[in-house]
Amino acid sequence: MTRGKTISAALFLTLGAALMPLIAVALPKGDPARGEKIYGRCFACHAIDRDRTGPRHAGLFGRRAGSVPGFPYSKAMKKAGENGLVWNEETLDKFLQNPTKFVPGTRMGYAGIKDDQERADLIAYLKQATKE
Amino acid sequence: MSEIFIPQFHAFARRAFLARSGRVALSAAAVALLAGNEALAVQTAAKEGTSDVSILNTALGAEQEAVAAYQVGAESGLLQKPVLDLAVTFQSQHKAHADLLASTVKKLGGTPVVAKKPADYHFPVQKLKTQADVLGFAASLEKGAVSAYLGAIPLFKNRELAKAAGSILGDEAMHWAILRQALGQPPVPEAFVS
Repeated sequence: MTRGKTISAALFLTLGAALMPLIAVALPKGDPARGEKIYGRCFACHAIDRDRTGPRHAGLFGRRAGSVPGFPYSKAMKKAGENGLVWNEETLDKFLQNPTKFVPGTRMGYAGIKDDQERADLIAYLKQATKE
Repeated sequence: MSEIFIPQFHAFARRAFLARSGRVALSAAAVALLAGNEALAVQTAAKEGTSDVSILNTALGAEQEAVAAYQVGAESGLLQKPVLDLAVTFQSQHKAHADLLASTVKKLGGTPVVAKKPADYHFPVQKLKTQADVLGFAASLEKGAVSAYLGAIPLFKNRELAKAAGSILGDEAMHWAILRQALGQPPVPEAFVS
């Protein structure tokens, strides 16, 4: 390889590495049926249709974080909503992967769902099940 | 529903469930928590957010709901012996979990969450028409509890708390398995729980 091509290749790799974090990795296609089973992990604290230890999920998509009327959210979650956090596929994916990292101070003391496919399945289920 | 061996429990009047003191054998970790292990004094004031105290309080809220759920199930008139006695025992164990969690929250300088009034849990009682419905509802809550503790344990900063939470998780998993068996389902469906 000539010196010019070597430099170009190195530059390409360097730029690519720098840009990687900025490139959104698309979630795999989710299966709502598998997602419904995964939702069973949420049953200790959540339901679709009522508030429990966690807020109800009905109407989740498009809802500002921390905004279910009457639910005692953490200050962190309320603030996140006031700062513009709205629940959609992308924000839910980030939150479900690591809740305490995405919203530091959330009361959702749950380590997260690390598997991309499982998160995609769960989000696909939630998208269907939470429509009002 | 398949026949299962259920040890003979003391019979209780339906409305006397919460009369039990909830005194059960504690794990070594739980004893350390209640005995004022100095290592636990690291966190003093309860902080808002995902502190160990916050995680414990979330677990406490779920345990209080479980106590209330078993009360509703038992008072529904749908549970027959020996299943009714089983529900009473499981409820008493959730009460023991709640008592331990509340004591630990206080010991760490926090304020334990207060149980809701029964009506404020809005349990889906209209969907509970048979014993199997009640057991299925209970099983879903127990499975949820297993998953919740699995998700919480990695987050505890204090490893003694993580150990105590693991002890509770084990109990919830046993409840789930017994309820599944009572419903005629394989009691241990998979090698790993998530």
